[in-house]
Amino acid sequence: MNELIFFFNKVIISGMVLGSIYALGAIGITLIFGILRFAHFAHGDMMTMGAFITFLLASAATALGFTAPLPMGFMVLPIAMFIAAFMALGIDKSFYAPLRARGAKPVTLLIASIGVTLMIQGLIRLFFGVKSRTFFASEPKEIYRIDMSFLGATRPITITEPQILMIIVTIIAVVALHFFLTKSKFGKAMRAMADNADLAQVSGINTKLVIRVTWVIAGSLAAMAGTMLALDVTLKPNLAFNIILPIFAAAIVGGLGHAWGAIAGGFLVGFAETMAVFNWAVLLRPFREGLPSWIPNDLSIVPTEYKLTVAFVILVIVLLVRPTGIFKGASS
Amino acid sequence: MSLAVKKALFLYGALFILIIGVGIVMGAPFGVRLMVEALAYSLIALGLNIQWGYGGLFNFGIMGFLMIGGFAVTFVSVPVNMEFWNSDGPFMLLKVIIAAGIGAMFIIGANKLPKIGIKGKAQKTAQIIAWIGAYILYRSQIDPAAEYIEKTSTFVGGLGLPVLLGWAFGGVLAAIIAYIIGKICLGLRTDYLAIATIGVSEIIRALIKNMDWLTRGTLTVSPVPWPVPKPQDFQLMGAETLQSFVFARASFLIIVLIVVLLALFLIQRAYNGAWGRMMRAIRDNHIAAASMGKNVKSRQLEIFIFGSVLIGIGGAILTSFAQIFDPGGYQPINHTFVIWVMVIVGGAGNNFGALFGGVFIYIVWVLSEPVSQALFINLSEVSTNIGWSAIPDIESRSLQMRVFVLGLVITLALRYAPRGLIPETFHQDKDEEITANKS
Repeated sequence: MNELIFFFNKVIISGMVLGSIYALGAIGITLIFGILRFAHFAHGDMMTMGAFITFLLASAATALGFTAPLPMGFMVLPIAMFIAAFMALGIDKSFYAPLRARGAKPVTLLIASIGVTLMIQGLIRLFFGVKSRTFFASEPKEIYRIDMSFLGATRPITITEPQILMIIVTIIAVVALHFFLTKSKFGKAMRAMADNADLAQVSGINTKLVIRVTWVIAGSLAAMAGTMLALDVTLKPNLAFNIILPIFAAAIVGGLGHAWGAIAGGFLVGFAETMAVFNWAVLLRPFREGLPSWIPNDLSIVPTEYKLTVAFVILVIVLLVRPTGIFKGASS
Repeated sequence: MSLAVKKALFLYGALFILIIGVGIVMGAPFGVRLMVEALAYSLIALGLNIQWGYGGLFNFGIMGFLMIGGFAVTFVSVPVNMEFWNSDGPFMLLKVIIAAGIGAMFIIGANKLPKIGIKGKAQKTAQIIAWIGAYILYRSQIDPAAEYIEKTSTFVGGLGLPVLLGWAFGGVLAAIIAYIIGKICLGLRTDYLAIATIGVSEIIRALIKNMDWLTRGTLTVSPVPWPVPKPQDFQLMGAETLQSFVFARASFLIIVLIVVLLALFLIQRAYNGAWGRMMRAIRDNHIAAASMGKNVKSRQLEIFIFGSVLIGIGGAILTSFAQIFDPGGYQPINHTFVIWVMVIVGGAGNNFGALFGGVFIYIVWVLSEPVSQALFINLSEVSTNIGWSAIPDIESRSLQMRVFVLGLVITLALRYAPRGLIPETFHQDKDEEITANKS
């Protein structure tokens, strides 16, 4: 039984957490791709930027003497999302909109987004230095241990408070986004524009406004994802730069431009990563006596150092076998 | 002399003055070192210019190829590790190679199954089983071998061969890897290709970083030998310390310069020949080119390999000049994106543009640290004078400024000079030149 609990902790919970982060990031990338048709590389750094905004707000709130039952970083998140949305609009207005107005190809926008990535990275490191920070300097990070002794296990299921919040917030964001895209006027306009931008424009949709709404959603979701990630691990300048690639993998696996696909892709990549590095020999431990001795003690599919590569292997396989992703994404 | 050529000559002249100025301000040893690295980077930029400028192929995996080049020159030129050759290591590695060979035969066999009438789902299943079987077979041999080598002799060591051979091997190894990647990825659309190549370069980084038995991983290999006498050798011959550095680096610079000029000569000839015309035709409209009977896919593979060879050689030069192979030191920003900035700012599709961009951006990249440090120190004085506190951690902060400067340069270039400083030119008539109209 202990082995199953271990499996649950290492694979199910870690996979859920990782999957939530990837899904939140991939939604933003996939929405931007659907509307503006370019791979937005600066998304990871928008996540990091959002996390730093939250950190500043949380530090300010703590310094002013506010206390909260939940982590302070989580309480100020809505304000941070609001600010991040404005910053996303500003980035679009100053760097991408002039290129679009010139009729530049999507590739040019992609390269511009690399430039934006570098600028955000540089600014964050300039102002905050390269050291790691934590949201839990002044408050404890609560860890819940769910006792499983009624199943005959001695190990508990462990999950931290930020992880629970992260999973809940992801679910809320996904459901809200679903209703936004299917029920609201803007959501329908967005889907129309993702399908065919020219047709959407001639049928009277204000495409400029739709683009702004897209940036607002993408920016605020990026801030949310970045903050949740920073709450779970630590806050550092290359926080999301390192996971932008699995996020892209998730978006592509789910089919670029497809919001639901991004969520599915995120969880798929997250679980694949945790399952690939899990040592499956642990599950065989209770039957150790009955098994032949040539079975090694380490049965993980790939060594832990190669965790990051799992996403790419999945990505490459998907690109080769089904280039539009598991759900049919925008393929133009 | 046309206007474009005049502008290019002017820019090169200005660059020359800049280099001389840097040499005077920062000292000759620094100036020569800067030039060696800048030329190595411009060789890499020429490689990317072949891929992106000629062929329109989006390679975001430059870091991976640089690492391959660096590994290649380390493997070839580092002295032989007798401890390894006297142990059981070589025999175990032979077993690994045999296991990998058998695994490859499984996979090839599964791919050939349709010939004996097994098709569809059955063949797909067989393919998957073959891949899994090959992987298990390989892991069953490599894991104990790696553990044994790391324990008895830390790593396999080098071959002790001349450094220039190592540079060539860097090109060859990069070509082999480029062939494999190109076969898998080149059919993809631009942005997918960008992400796939980034992914591949991250896989290469993870492999080189963690295959301690082959590369020593993060323990780093040093010293990697030079193709020319080192400063110490000049000192033994009686030169002063400062002079010895200038002499040694200058002789290194000459070799790099020869390599770069040779590469430039060859690709410039290819560019102006029928081959270059065909490549541009494929880049600008691959459907039209295909309908004219050009084999688009194999031509693109060709161009991807050619570019990668230059990138691999450049990576090898950088590693042997630094005298250390440190897989942990490779970062996408320093080794992929900076090259892109060089090509975009210099002018994609124009070799002289890429060369100019390579040298110029490298100088900007290196100098933005001391310049911003000086700026911060001044600002800090001002802020202390008016009663505010001084700026803390000036040194570590100014190091980060270069990332910001790089981003600023590329966004400004895209907005105000989208075709680069020395843009691609089309020769329509003998006298008339129009600049390419792409954005």
